[in-house]
Amino acid sequence: MKARIKFQKYGSMKFVGHLDIMRYFQKVFRRANIDNEYSKGFSPHQIMSFAAPLGVGLTSDGEYLDVQLLSADSPEVMIERINAALTEGFHIIGYRPLLETEPNTKTVTAMALVASADYLVSLKDGYEIGADINSKESFAEKFIKFMQSEEIVIGKKTKKSEMDVDIKPMITLVAFEEEDYEAKRRNTLEEHLKTEETSLSNKKPDSMAEVYENGIKIYLQLDTGSSSNLKPELVVEAFCESLGVAYNQYAWQSHRIEVYTRNSETGKLAGLDQVDR
Amino acid sequence: MRKLALSDEILLTIEKPARYIGGEVNMKMKDPSKVDIRFCMCFPDVYEIGMSHLGIQILYDMFNRREDTYCERVYSPWVDMDKLMRERNIPLFALESQDPVKDFDFLGITLQYEMCYTNILQVLDLSGIPLYAKDRTEEHPLVIGGGPCSYNPEPIADFFDFFYIGEGETAYNEILDTYKEYRKAGKTRKEYLERVAQIEGMYVPAFYDVKYKEDGTIASFTPNNEHAPKTVKKQVEMNLSDTYYPTAPLVPFIKATQDRVVLEIQRGCIRGCRFCQAGMIYRPTRERSLEYLKKCAYEMLSSTGHEEISLSSLSSSDYSCLQELVYFLIEEFGSKGVNISLPSLRIDAFALDVMSKVQDIRKSSLTFAPEAGTQRLRDVINKGLSEEAILGGAMKAFQSGWNKVKLYFMLGLPTETEEDIEGIAILSDRIAREYYTIPKDQRNGKVAITSSTSFFVPKPFTPFQWSRMITGEEYVQRQRFLKGKMREQLNAKSIKYNWHEAEVTELEGVFARGDRRISKAIVDAYQSGCLYDSWSEYFNYEKWMNAFVANGIEMSFYNGRERDTEEIFPWDFIDVGVTKAFLLREYKRAKSEKVTPNCKQACANCGAKEFGGGVCFEEDLCMADLEEVTDESKN
Repeated sequence: MKARIKFQKYGSMKFVGHLDIMRYFQKVFRRANIDNEYSKGFSPHQIMSFAAPLGVGLTSDGEYLDVQLLSADSPEVMIERINAALTEGFHIIGYRPLLETEPNTKTVTAMALVASADYLVSLKDGYEIGADINSKESFAEKFIKFMQSEEIVIGKKTKKSEMDVDIKPMITLVAFEEEDYEAKRRNTLEEHLKTEETSLSNKKPDSMAEVYENGIKIYLQLDTGSSSNLKPELVVEAFCESLGVAYNQYAWQSHRIEVYTRNSETGKLAGLDQVDR
Repeated sequence: MRKLALSDEILLTIEKPARYIGGEVNMKMKDPSKVDIRFCMCFPDVYEIGMSHLGIQILYDMFNRREDTYCERVYSPWVDMDKLMRERNIPLFALESQDPVKDFDFLGITLQYEMCYTNILQVLDLSGIPLYAKDRTEEHPLVIGGGPCSYNPEPIADFFDFFYIGEGETAYNEILDTYKEYRKAGKTRKEYLERVAQIEGMYVPAFYDVKYKEDGTIASFTPNNEHAPKTVKKQVEMNLSDTYYPTAPLVPFIKATQDRVVLEIQRGCIRGCRFCQAGMIYRPTRERSLEYLKKCAYEMLSSTGHEEISLSSLSSSDYSCLQELVYFLIEEFGSKGVNISLPSLRIDAFALDVMSKVQDIRKSSLTFAPEAGTQRLRDVINKGLSEEAILGGAMKAFQSGWNKVKLYFMLGLPTETEEDIEGIAILSDRIAREYYTIPKDQRNGKVAITSSTSFFVPKPFTPFQWSRMITGEEYVQRQRFLKGKMREQLNAKSIKYNWHEAEVTELEGVFARGDRRISKAIVDAYQSGCLYDSWSEYFNYEKWMNAFVANGIEMSFYNGRERDTEEIFPWDFIDVGVTKAFLLREYKRAKSEKVTPNCKQACANCGAKEFGGGVCFEEDLCMADLEEVTDESKN
């Protein structure tokens, strides 16, 4: 059987890279005595796949990991068992059994489902942007202006070459306050989730995003996945460039809030924990 | 949430930030303000290597079981971090609390190999602790050394407040209890060290004076403090089945050298190879009970989640319950996706059966360590491995499908001749020939033999402690000669020859048998930029030579002399159980190519029996039987 696990990654664990996280979770499941399915051969490994690898330096409230199990307890018990085997910086907030793949159909990996993700990007205390930005109001004002340009072209490096890309269409949501973000976000979701989400909102776990005193921050929804992918750092870099100020990669903290899949018919989004496959 | 000592910016700039953040699985969290003693345990090499060390895990666990003590860890910052810490004046910190090492009560440094000596200075320096013990005051941590290199601590004696000679399980509690008591009573550092000197196994270098003869050898080595004993007796844990063992060892986030559960099945070795220091200083051989090991395996696998378990000992094939243990591990854990990583075993039916169960034959290789190329030289070094055994073992393995063989040899062993060197090439070739006697349709492609040579270093407390070590030039000559001989072999194309660098080994020789006069050169080399000397990319021979010249140190004095049997060695004040008389007897037998039976065959009266246990009391053969048994074992 398949199950999708949703977890948070925060604090000093942002310095641990994706490959090490994979090794980490293999050991977590062993400690928690989870009945994972193993691949065959002389060096068997647990069958698992991550939806969207998180870069070093980023924190997250919405990481997804699909596992293949031979047996399992109820979601509540599974969450409890796995959490008991975790160290500070990781926390399981969701567990959803997935539908079995129909015979003779291709298995859909979590990674292939990913279409979009929400981020919170904050200016860390002790850093300045320049260009007379000294409050969250002046930041918002400049950013809105930045988003009003026809196109936002950046040089994007791929494995083979560097080419100019317009990233504006890849930015599907911009907000500066949490309430505004929540309202806009709901509009991007599939109909049945809008209400469901509201009713579950009191159950939502506390965000583990770092909070900074300066208050300068931005919520972004960006294309994510194999067909179109935009990292939040690139948006901030393009913004700084438009202002004519140097972009300091260490000045910003990016935090992933949620990862979505897109309904190809409606074009609407659903969190990866809201679907059964 | 834990606070980190380093900023995000630094951690995102350097390689592998997980080396510095702590927070690993099974890390101990305590409130530092609620303990009496803060102990920082250090492995002076990079994190991934230090984290793989079992000894620290044992002591970390043992110290933290004490409510009054918080034991934390520190490793050598890698070169990128080292540079940043110096530029920005960031003090070295412990991983757990992220507090500066300087504020601890103790800094315990494990000394696993000689080439880490500049890293010790790096750790002291970055911590802001004076390099020389004499310059430290009441506010500095007490710096303790332990581990194999403390069996000749003299080259680094000036950097340490004291050394713990022997196994940590026995006396550390007394050291900590006394510390607490002395500090409450407001006693001074010196008063405490005088008390420590009276605990068996402790060596306080400041309490001893060394005088030298005109020829440079030691004239006298005497205590200058009434509390310091004349000889320091090695500590041994005699009951290995009822002692501390880390059932919940730390699990790093980044891949460490040992990314697995390590089960130490026994200590010591019965073999008595004459070049091997571990085989002498860890005597007597003591086994852990099968039941104890089974229990440890269960607990450690479930507390770590490791997917591999390996057995650790100097010679696993000699462990009396090996078969039972290995089959137990395979049956119990093999089905749960746990790999059993085998130590190098004597190749016999059992080994082949186990190997075929736990390894992919196509990928794995057979390992032999003949150490020398001819039977004559193997007799000199007392390596009880015959050519017949190697060829027979290899053949059995070939017939079961293996086709890769690794062979380990040493160059520069005492009495080595060209014939012995050529013997390495001939033996490598013979194994290949053996393989090709198998009909073509029954063998598994080509045979691949990898022969490696390292450079023999005479070590203290071995029968070869009197030996001359060959020079770098001689070594290179011998290595080239062997390379030529390898090419002449019929199966030269199937043999790959690897060799170690000579320069770093020469230095190892100096540190291994050096005295107190070397410490100044180590400081100079460190200050001129030497660090991570065991890493070939950072080893700088020229800087070391300059440091030796500047301090009037001649390498040939330490390496190039056949030492007189009357000579006082820098390490003679340590009593390891094995006596100097025995070692000398063994040296003479080596020269006359006489094999000495192993501890299970007969007791050679090495002296370790005085510890009152282990293999010494398992059999009751006496010295009178010795010659007879020797002759038998040759037949």
